[in-house]
Amino acid sequence: MSEVKKVATRVSYGEALVELAKEHDNVYVLDADLAAATQTGIFKKVYPERHIDCGIAECNMMGIAAGIATTGKVPFASSFAMFAAGRAFEQVRNSIGYPHLNVKIGATHAGISVGEDGATHQCNEDIALMRTIPGMVVLNPSDDIEAKACVKAAYEHEGPVYMRFGRLAVPVINDNADYKFEIGKGVCLKDGKDVAIIATGLCVSEALEAAKLLEADGVNARVINIHTIKPIDRDIVVKAAKECGKVVTVEEHSVIGGLGSAVCGVLAEECPVKVKKIGVNDVFGESGPAVKLIEKYGLDAKGIYAGVKAFI
Amino acid sequence: MTKKELEITANEVRKGIVSAVHSAKAGHPGGSLSAADIFTYLYFEEMNIDPKDPKKADRDRFVLSKGHTAPGLYSVLAERGYFPKEDLLTLRHLGSYLQGHPDMKHIPGVDMSSGSLGQGISAAVGMALSAKLSDDNYRVYTLLGDGEIQEGQVWEACMFAGFRKLDNLVVIVDNNGLQIDGPVDEVCSPYPIGEKFKAFNFHVIELKDGNDMDQIKAAFDEAKTVKGMPVAIVAHTVKGKGVSFMENAVGWHGKAPNDEEYATAMEDLKKVGDALCQK
Repeated sequence: MSEVKKVATRVSYGEALVELAKEHDNVYVLDADLAAATQTGIFKKVYPERHIDCGIAECNMMGIAAGIATTGKVPFASSFAMFAAGRAFEQVRNSIGYPHLNVKIGATHAGISVGEDGATHQCNEDIALMRTIPGMVVLNPSDDIEAKACVKAAYEHEGPVYMRFGRLAVPVINDNADYKFEIGKGVCLKDGKDVAIIATGLCVSEALEAAKLLEADGVNARVINIHTIKPIDRDIVVKAAKECGKVVTVEEHSVIGGLGSAVCGVLAEECPVKVKKIGVNDVFGESGPAVKLIEKYGLDAKGIYAGVKAFI
Repeated sequence: MTKKELEITANEVRKGIVSAVHSAKAGHPGGSLSAADIFTYLYFEEMNIDPKDPKKADRDRFVLSKGHTAPGLYSVLAERGYFPKEDLLTLRHLGSYLQGHPDMKHIPGVDMSSGSLGQGISAAVGMALSAKLSDDNYRVYTLLGDGEIQEGQVWEACMFAGFRKLDNLVVIVDNNGLQIDGPVDEVCSPYPIGEKFKAFNFHVIELKDGNDMDQIKAAFDEAKTVKGMPVAIVAHTVKGKGVSFMENAVGWHGKAPNDEEYATAMEDLKKVGDALCQK
């Protein structure tokens, strides 16, 4: 295979913030002593006066972001998914979600691809937590280009947005001229009629590779990228179910409460078909190199291929 | 306003609290009454606000971190003209905009939704920081319960405010000494309160009688002179102040008076009002 450009979406986040701040002087970035890891350090270098380090106090950071938002500035509160969505859940729910404040949450190091740090830092529950908050938009971009587009779209959207980014460098798959990002609009990356693979985040590029493997076996799989978990694109999901008859969801997140649950929710109501949920199967993660973990938990192309084959 | 006018107004605020909680058949009268004088002073004397323009950009902000005492905030907002006083009787009713805890989306004059303890102070810190970031002159006030400061987030917020030298922030602790399960120093003592704030780089003002208008004025006047650090006012108050059977009674933290108790309470407040008018 030829050399594929790979970028971690956390880096895209840091870079996109700089671009955004160039155009908009109301952009402020908050972090909780993880600027070097969340990559808001990139922003801090360019705009030190607009970067606010809150120290290791994520709950307070969310509250500060809420307070800042009431004054018309647009804060991007940044931390690891575990702490942004997990530790500070109730602050996000009550101080940001309930008053529907214009706070953007940049959550990096999501999922098992955190790698060596292990289970305490591998958040496989954030999508589930965030999508239960009324009015919260939940975005999970698949690559560098989409991550940058998602930061811009989050800024343009009035209201709270949760953005999920990863630590692991992932292939750039959206570098084409007609790429456009719209909150709530899924993207069909490959047409097919035998099975629909609906993926999100870093699993999208793996799903595309899996589709190639399936193709070799004569299985024509459709691949859909759901970058917006909430509000989910009901139309693209229902259409896929109607036309393909079987649906497989793939996410680097618990199979409980994430993309798989969101898709099942839509299909149960509008077009019941059999669904296979590929994800983290109600277990904690573990230490190890990110790529090996993705492989072990069946989220790489081979794992998805095997999962789909067993299902159809 | 003169001291007497402020006292009469605070007494009216108390009547609003008792009426609202009675009508709601639920709510938190004790901590609303203990802070009624502070609410009154803030909204009638201290803060730069305009009830006709509740979202005025350069207004001073108030965050009721101890959000369960919403009846106190609503009553003073109504008294100040943000919305009709008769609406207080819809408190906690289905369909009313006067939610059980402050809701900034629907209640004129409410600067921040609150109710989950420990969170309001962080939002207030965010507002104060925002003013500093863009050289705005408004000041931010936030009222906490003495039980509330058992929440760890309060001290995260204080560490940040002290470090950032937010001298446009005034944190008031309504030290009425009681929380749901009993006296604060029997449940999980927060004492010494002032020393804790000092350790977090606050200028601390001990307000010996937080139900006395002269002393309240002196405390807020002193707060305005402080430069380079945030201010904490530890206000020693009487829970249930103004209603004989509610004063210093732990059971009146979160309970509504029945019709008979309501009549007694309003009679108590009428007597206070009459006495003030004859002064």
